Amino acid sequence: MAEPILEVRNLVKHYPLTQGVLFKKQIGAVKAVDGISFELHKGETLGIVGESGCGKSTLAKVLMNLERATAGEVLFKGEDISKLSGAALKAVRRNIQMVFQDPYTSLNPRMTVGDIIGEPFEIHPEVAPKGDRRKAVQDLLDVVGLNPEYINRYPHQFSGGQRQRIGIARGLALKPEIIICDEPVSALDVSVQAQVINLLEQLQGEFDLSYMFIAHDLSIVRHISDRVGVMYLGKMVEIGSDEQIYEHATHPYTQALLSAVPVPDPTGREGRERIILSGDIPSPANPPSGCRFRTRCWKAEERCSTELPLLAVPSLEGPAAHESACHFAAEREVEQSAA
Amino acid sequence: MTTVTEKADSGERLAPGTPLLEVRDLHVEFVTRDGIAKAVNGVNYSVAAGETLAVLGESGSGKSVTAQTIMGILDMPPGRVTSGEILFRGQDMLKMSNEERRKIRGRKIAMIFQDALSSLNPVLSVGYQLGEMFRVHQGASRKEAKAKAIELMDRVRIPAAAQRVNDYPHQFSGGMRQRIMIAMALALEPDLIIADEPTTALDVTVQAQVMDLLAELQAEYNMGLILITHDLGVVADVADKIAVMYAGRIVETAPVHELYASPAHPYTKGLLRSIPRLDQKGQDLYAIKGLPPNLLKVPAGCAFNPRCDIATDLCRTEIPALHQVADKDGAELAGRRSACHLWKETLHG
Repeated sequence: MAEPILEVRNLVKHYPLTQGVLFKKQIGAVKAVDGISFELHKGETLGIVGESGCGKSTLAKVLMNLERATAGEVLFKGEDISKLSGAALKAVRRNIQMVFQDPYTSLNPRMTVGDIIGEPFEIHPEVAPKGDRRKAVQDLLDVVGLNPEYINRYPHQFSGGQRQRIGIARGLALKPEIIICDEPVSALDVSVQAQVINLLEQLQGEFDLSYMFIAHDLSIVRHISDRVGVMYLGKMVEIGSDEQIYEHATHPYTQALLSAVPVPDPTGREGRERIILSGDIPSPANPPSGCRFRTRCWKAEERCSTELPLLAVPSLEGPAAHESACHFAAEREVEQSAA
Repeated sequence: MTTVTEKADSGERLAPGTPLLEVRDLHVEFVTRDGIAKAVNGVNYSVAAGETLAVLGESGSGKSVTAQTIMGILDMPPGRVTSGEILFRGQDMLKMSNEERRKIRGRKIAMIFQDALSSLNPVLSVGYQLGEMFRVHQGASRKEAKAKAIELMDRVRIPAAAQRVNDYPHQFSGGMRQRIMIAMALALEPDLIIADEPTTALDVTVQAQVMDLLAELQAEYNMGLILITHDLGVVADVADKIAVMYAGRIVETAPVHELYASPAHPYTKGLLRSIPRLDQKGQDLYAIKGLPPNLLKVPAGCAFNPRCDIATDLCRTEIPALHQVADKDGAELAGRRSACHLWKETLHG
C-alpha cells in the first residue's frame, strides 16, 4: 500500500452549548466528531458513510480547516496541519480541496464560470500567473467535459450536472493532492449521477488524486471506494476494504445499514431478511454511555452501556478480521445480499 | 381503531382488485414567461384497491404534476388541464364541482408529501392538526378529536403518543414527522393514497421503517397506493406495477418483475444499467448521455431521442405511440407497454 498522505489521529470537534449572555457558561457540547482516527493513502478513495447527524460533514470541514479541531491531529505528509494559521495554513490548503453537495448554492450566481474557477488563482497566484489564467480556466473546463467557450456564462445557464462539473473544475484548479467530495452526486438526477462519478474516477487516474468520498448512497460508495469507513454519532464504528465492509461487516450498525438499503431488483424480495432498527439516532449533545449504538442494537448487553468499544481488529478469521468497534463483532448469520 | 371507521358514506372496505382510479389521456401545461411548458402529455394509468403503482421518473418528468392534478391541488394558473379524464370509481373528477371534489379529497384520496416539515403547520400542535381532520370532516368535538389523534399516532407507532400529542412539529425527528404525515393521510381511511417521494428526505434506516409501516397499513386497509419516486431500489421493494415517465409522457408500463428483468424502453434500460453493480468495480459506469430535456423545448419526435443509443430518423420525427409489448412469438404480454418505435429490438435484441 502507498504511504499515507493524510493521517487523522483522535480527531475531536465539539460545539459548545452555552447559557447566559454576559458570562457565558458552557453547559455541554454537541459532540459532532468524537475521537476519529484513520489514514488516507496516496491515490486511493476512502468512502465515508453514515446517516445524517453522524458527523461526516463536520469531519470534512475540520480536515479542510474550515472549522478548528477541538483536539487531535491531522497530519498531511507527516506535518500536523490542524493547528496551522496564516501563511503556513494557506500553503497547505492548496493541497486539500473540496467539492460540495449542492451545485445550486455553492456557486455564486453573480460570478461568471471563468471567475468562479479562476478565483483560487487570486489566492495562489503561483499556480497560474496572471496572463495565463484565462487559458488555465479553459483547460479546466475542457478537462471536466464542458465547452471552453462557456467561460463567460453564469451558473444559472447550466444544468445541475454541468454545475457540479464547474464545482469539480474549481476543486482541481490548484492541482491539489486530496479532494474531499461531500455528497457530490446526491442532488443530481439519477441519469446524470453516473456521468459525474465516471468523471471523478477518470480525473483520479489522470491527476493521481486521493479522494475522501462522503455519501449516503451505499452502492455508489462501493463502486468508487477502495476502503470504506462507517460513522455513527461522531465515531468511526467500522473501517475496511470495500469487500470487508459490504460482504463481511462485523458491526451491527453496518449490518443494519446495509440491509436497509433497498435493492434495485425485485427478485426474491419477499424472502429478503431486513434488520429494521427501532428508534432514531440519539442527539450528539447527549450520546448514550458506552457504545453509542447500544440504544438501537439488538445485541446490546450490560457491558455495552459501561464500556466503550474501541476500533480494533476482532479475533476473527479471513476478511472479517478488520477494524470494528463492537464488543460482539461477528459476521451476520444470514447470507447478506449485496447492496 | 373502532371509532374512526364511522365514515360519512359507504364505510365498507373495497375488495382487492376493485378498480379505483383511472387517468385517461391527461394533458397539463404551465403558462410561463418563456412560453408554454407541457408538463404532462397524455398520461394514462390506473390503480386498483390493494395495488401499488410506482410512478418512476426524474425531476421534470411530470410525475408530481400528474399527482397534484389527481388531488386537485395544482396551482391554476399558471397550470391548466387542457384535456383528459381522471375517473375515480367511474366518475370523472375533472367535471366535478369544487364542493364534490372536496368530499373526495382526504376522505377518499389522501396524499403524503416529501417534506414533512414544510407540510405541517409549525405553530399548531400535531394533535390539533391531526384532530382537525375529524372536526372538519366528521364534526367531532375537540375532546373526541384529540382522542382520535392519539389513537392515530399509536397506529403509526409514535412512542408515548398520549404525552406527545401536544408537541409541535419541530419537536419530532424527520422519521416521526413523516409518520405524522402518514397518520394524517390515513385519518379518514381513504381508498387511495398518493405518496410523493415519501422517504426521499429520510435516512436509509428510517426509510426502511417508514416503507414497512406504509406497506403494512396498506395491506390492512386494502388501499390503493400510488408511489411517486426516482429511487429504483424503493420501487423494486414495494411496487406491483410500474409506470416510467419521461418529459411528461409514460414511456413504459410493466409489472415490477418484468420491468427489471427485461425493460422494453431504452430509457428504462439505461436507468437500470447505470446502477453500480459488483462486477463493474473499477470500470466506468454506464451513463445515459446528455441531459433531461427542457420542457419548453422538448425535442421533436421521441423526447428521449438525443440521449438514445439506437435512435433512428423515425425517432427524430414521429412521436412513438405507447405500443402493446409482445414476446418473441408475438403473444401479448399483459400490462406491458412501451413508447418506443424500436421496442422489439430493445426487448429482444
